[in-house]
Amino acid sequence: MTRNILHVDANSFYASVECQRRPELRNKPVAVCGSQEDRHGIVLTANYIAKPYGVRTGQAIWQAKQCCPDLVVLPPDMAEYVRISKYAREIYEDYTDQVEAFGLDESWLDVTGSTGLYGDPMTIAREISKRVKFELGITVSIGVANNKITAKLGSDYKKPDAITRIEADNYKEIVYPLPAKDLLYVGPATVEKLRHMGITTIGRLAECPESVLTYKFGKMGAVLRRFANGWDPTPVRRQDYVRKVKSVGNSATTPRDLTCDEDVHLMLYLLAESVASRLREQGFRCTVVEVSMRDTSLFTFSRQQKLEMPTASSEEIANTAFKLFKQNYSWIRNIRSVGVRGSDLVDASAGFQLSYLADGIRRDKWERIDAAVDQLRQEYGYMSVRRAVTCTDPVLGAINPRGHTVHPVGYFGG
Amino acid sequence: MDRERTKRYVPVIVRFEADGRLRPQIIEFDEGHKYPIDKILDVRRAACQTVGGVGDRYTVRAAGKERYLWFERDRWFVITTS
Repeated sequence: MTRNILHVDANSFYASVECQRRPELRNKPVAVCGSQEDRHGIVLTANYIAKPYGVRTGQAIWQAKQCCPDLVVLPPDMAEYVRISKYAREIYEDYTDQVEAFGLDESWLDVTGSTGLYGDPMTIAREISKRVKFELGITVSIGVANNKITAKLGSDYKKPDAITRIEADNYKEIVYPLPAKDLLYVGPATVEKLRHMGITTIGRLAECPESVLTYKFGKMGAVLRRFANGWDPTPVRRQDYVRKVKSVGNSATTPRDLTCDEDVHLMLYLLAESVASRLREQGFRCTVVEVSMRDTSLFTFSRQQKLEMPTASSEEIANTAFKLFKQNYSWIRNIRSVGVRGSDLVDASAGFQLSYLADGIRRDKWERIDAAVDQLRQEYGYMSVRRAVTCTDPVLGAINPRGHTVHPVGYFGG
Repeated sequence: MDRERTKRYVPVIVRFEADGRLRPQIIEFDEGHKYPIDKILDVRRAACQTVGGVGDRYTVRAAGKERYLWFERDRWFVITTS
């Protein structure tokens, strides 16, 4: 059966919300940027007046100001964006219970079962667009197709405030000339590889023999070709669907550059504590620890290691991460952001092979200490109990890694 | 000539119905200006285009005039002209 999928994308979401509530900004170039003091000073969203000046998401604030000196820079108000996003979702849920959010500003809707009640997909799209404008004061772009990938291409095709239908009759005409990078999961590295193969458009990708693509990209090659052809059977998740957690991670851009091993050790402790406590909260232990670093030139690398035994102990995660870091980094540049991740999760209540050696007992002891810390923090606040090492640096030590918003974005549910 | 519109947060006496609905009863501009609401004509989610803001828009009749009263997050506001 043919499905009817809509992809609704709120145009310049953060900036639009800001301009809606402050009418005096509506005729000005506006960018919502991460806070300058904490050095997340990059453009998160720019409005449609700022974009022609060359202001782009991801630019540093100073770069954006160079493109557009009159740019109005606003700090983000996540609580407000979450509120408006929730209202948008309430509108979508009037039409279907299959609404899958992709970040705060994008959602897929499966309206296959709703066409009898509300009319054809284009009618539903028009109604949603009108309601969002009236009820929330912002605009959306909607893609209408028979699968999620093509629907997303549709919502990207024309912005802002537009509806694009892409189906078999006009698929080749609209999608084939688009650059390959517009396809979900084609990042800069893939674009480069494809370019070497002479593939620059989605059409060329769609018509490339599968064997060639799998030779070059492995399993992903076949997936890319399917996406390029608009063959994507993945369902739109229901609203109550909970993704299976595959890993738990946390990262932070630090308020100042990290310049020595001690700094990194401190940050790894902070992050490992948050990762470990989330693992425990969700009833998991991890068997692989991954550490990632980004230096001041924005070069990023990550390394991982398998543990002998599954763990949810912050001490063990931090020490493994630090060891990995020591083995793999030689301080050519200072470090700007760090991340720790625990993956290959196992159920904490499942049994595992105990060791005769002493560290088995020590591990158990550490986990009980962690559990006690969790309880204290829950009752008396995050700062009520801290590692002494976090007091050695008031700037870094004051970061609460659990205070960060975690954006759950990953198409494959990763 | 268009007079300038401003957003003004106001105290409102509200009745909480048993089913959870809110029924604003009196808009209190200041000591000298308290307007009882005679009738609620309409309630809907709406964005305020003129002065900005998103919330539940109550169309009410108070002092013989129809006007909008907005409930945004946890505050009430009206549009005033000066």
